[in-house]
Amino acid sequence: MNETSDTPEAPVAASAGLSRRTVLKGAGATLGAAAFAVAASPLLPTREDHSFDEFIQNHYQELTDEQLAKVLKRLEQETLEEYGAEVTVRDHRPLAGVKFGYAISLSRCNGNAKCVEACHKENNHDRATNQSYIRVFELPKGTTNMDEGRVMYDHAVPAPDKYYMPVQCLQCDNPPCVDVCPVEATWKEKDGIVVVDYNWCIGCRYCEAACPYHARRFNWKKPEIPADEINPFQSYLSNRIRPQGVVEKCHFCLHRTREGKAPACMEACPTGARVFGNLLDPDSEIRFILENKRVFVLKEELGTQPSLYYFFDA
Amino acid sequence: MTKATSTLEASKAMSESHRIGYPKFLFRSLSEATDGSFSFYAWMTALTAVALVGLNAWAHQVADGMILTHMTDHVSWGLYIANFTFGVGLAAGGVMMVIPAYLYRHKGMHDVVIVGELLAIAAIIMCLLFVVADLGRPDRFWHLIPVIGRFHFPISMLTWDVLVLNGYLLLNLHICGYLLYQRFLGREPNRRWYVPFVLLSVVWAISIHTVTAFLYSGLGGRPFWNSGLLAPRFLASAFVSGPAFIIVTLLILRRITGSRVGEGAVSLLVKIVRVTVLVNLLMFVSELFTEFYTGGAHAASAEYLFFGLHGKTGLVPWTWTSVALNLISAAVFLCPRIDRRTRLLAFGCACAFVGIWIEKGMGLIIPGFIPSTLHQIVEYSPSLLEWKVTAGIWAFALLVYTVALKIAARVLSGEMTIGGTQARA
Repeated sequence: MNETSDTPEAPVAASAGLSRRTVLKGAGATLGAAAFAVAASPLLPTREDHSFDEFIQNHYQELTDEQLAKVLKRLEQETLEEYGAEVTVRDHRPLAGVKFGYAISLSRCNGNAKCVEACHKENNHDRATNQSYIRVFELPKGTTNMDEGRVMYDHAVPAPDKYYMPVQCLQCDNPPCVDVCPVEATWKEKDGIVVVDYNWCIGCRYCEAACPYHARRFNWKKPEIPADEINPFQSYLSNRIRPQGVVEKCHFCLHRTREGKAPACMEACPTGARVFGNLLDPDSEIRFILENKRVFVLKEELGTQPSLYYFFDA
Repeated sequence: MTKATSTLEASKAMSESHRIGYPKFLFRSLSEATDGSFSFYAWMTALTAVALVGLNAWAHQVADGMILTHMTDHVSWGLYIANFTFGVGLAAGGVMMVIPAYLYRHKGMHDVVIVGELLAIAAIIMCLLFVVADLGRPDRFWHLIPVIGRFHFPISMLTWDVLVLNGYLLLNLHICGYLLYQRFLGREPNRRWYVPFVLLSVVWAISIHTVTAFLYSGLGGRPFWNSGLLAPRFLASAFVSGPAFIIVTLLILRRITGSRVGEGAVSLLVKIVRVTVLVNLLMFVSELFTEFYTGGAHAASAEYLFFGLHGKTGLVPWTWTSVALNLISAAVFLCPRIDRRTRLLAFGCACAFVGIWIEKGMGLIIPGFIPSTLHQIVEYSPSLLEWKVTAGIWAFALLVYTVALKIAARVLSGEMTIGGTQARA
């Protein structure tokens, strides 16, 4: 045994020292590899058997009819397995000759927030965070300065000296969120609705930074909804349950509106403040409002050209 | 005819020799990377441990969702993107060695220019890891790869950033790899194979930080970022933090090797920082004046940053720390003969580094989101998990930098050649 001068710093290349160093190196490498495996282990349990199909799934716009049918079936199966609910996931395409517009009367809205609740239920939002695509601002009369606005109010409405302003995605004709997306996971459809392919979004949240209206939401965790509360009438680009880690937003309830129905928020509104319709139809109510009322859009100076307008009735 | 055959044979022999020589180069590099003194092992083990803690935290984040961070829909970018932004500046800062070395043929700088180029490599790797850490769906990373994914080029500035960052990484890998390999073979590097790339890398270095600034300055809905001065400010601060880091590296190398390596380079870098640190402060003051003299909604973010808004003061301590550190570093760099007073110089560099880390990190990203676009104030401070991931990525980048420097030092000193690795003197 040669143990005379074997301090680690000793640079003398005695053969016994060298082999000991090699052994130590090997032990260190093994230990390192084991530590690596342990550290990365939370990644291991793949959530479901479909994950490989999901991994290789192509962009929505590039799916053939056959592939899309398979994807929709898979999504229904996933919802059944993970949420215990039988749902139908369809694919609603834009209708020819339609461009949707929305107008909200600030004279009529009284801040009851039924729209917020209807959106929450219709669109299968996470129950724990009480998520919704709509937020209603309470503002003091006499100002349009949003600094004075409150979203969380808990008293009888309408409060004296206050007025109310619901904000949701404005479906801009010049949407900054679409421009910034690095993977084209969000785009503007022919009928004006800005949609997200939840299976293509990489979750970088650049769109959230770009949107001037706080219209986008990120799924910070997997949404939780009891099976009996899940709305089973779903669509790929709208209210199907979103995966964890992707961005979502208001889609004008395209699974309803592309079937000729009203959006859930409009149906729920008890004051009649909401007017939804086809901007290309000269006889529509929304066209009447845009032509005859005092109308404005949010942050017009940014040039985003929203399709959601506010107006005064009186 | 005979001449043609002989050239062919020569090139054949050459490629034959590369087939043996290059694996040898890689193998020697690997053994160099895993061999050293006790303090080297201790340093590497510590970095590995921190990196693994970060990996573990990130694995939890991927499995359970980014709810484990403290980011929200209001402040949707946080510590990761803050560090990413700072890291791009660090990578670009290395160019302040390349320009004197290659464009002005400064001898002292030319000998150690690889220290800056290797820093660029390590910093870019760090940036790419921070971007991956920030993704909600890292498993879908391939969607970002041109051709097989859907690359939204040239409209999305993020695709530009993907191109310039990866391009800068490849450029520097080529330059460093080629020069070191030639020295390893004992050959004179062929200028044709690296000088054009070096010149390209100078322009490219400017582009990476400019494009990164454009990510933010192009957003009309975020008045705090929506300023034409943002890209120039990014560059000015990068040319402080980058050289500051390199100066410290050179001082440490001097200590480890016990030689006077990089002495000329340090005094030139000090001269450069003396200018850039003042340019950076000038732009900072100019932007502050515009914000506060005008006032109104446009200044709300700056008000939050410096004084707090409606009683919310989360960033105020960070901001004033940064301002103080930047002022101290400016004062230190302006001291006469500072390049000889190494302790004070190292202190000044550390102040500059941390000051800009705050300014171009948390101090830039967070106020962009506060107040939010509809004027709400939701504050943000990173969660423990975010700090772990961040520390892990920094540790990994330092690990890469250490190994790269160690190999480069051995090759450039002629101790590691194809003929064999000489024992340390």
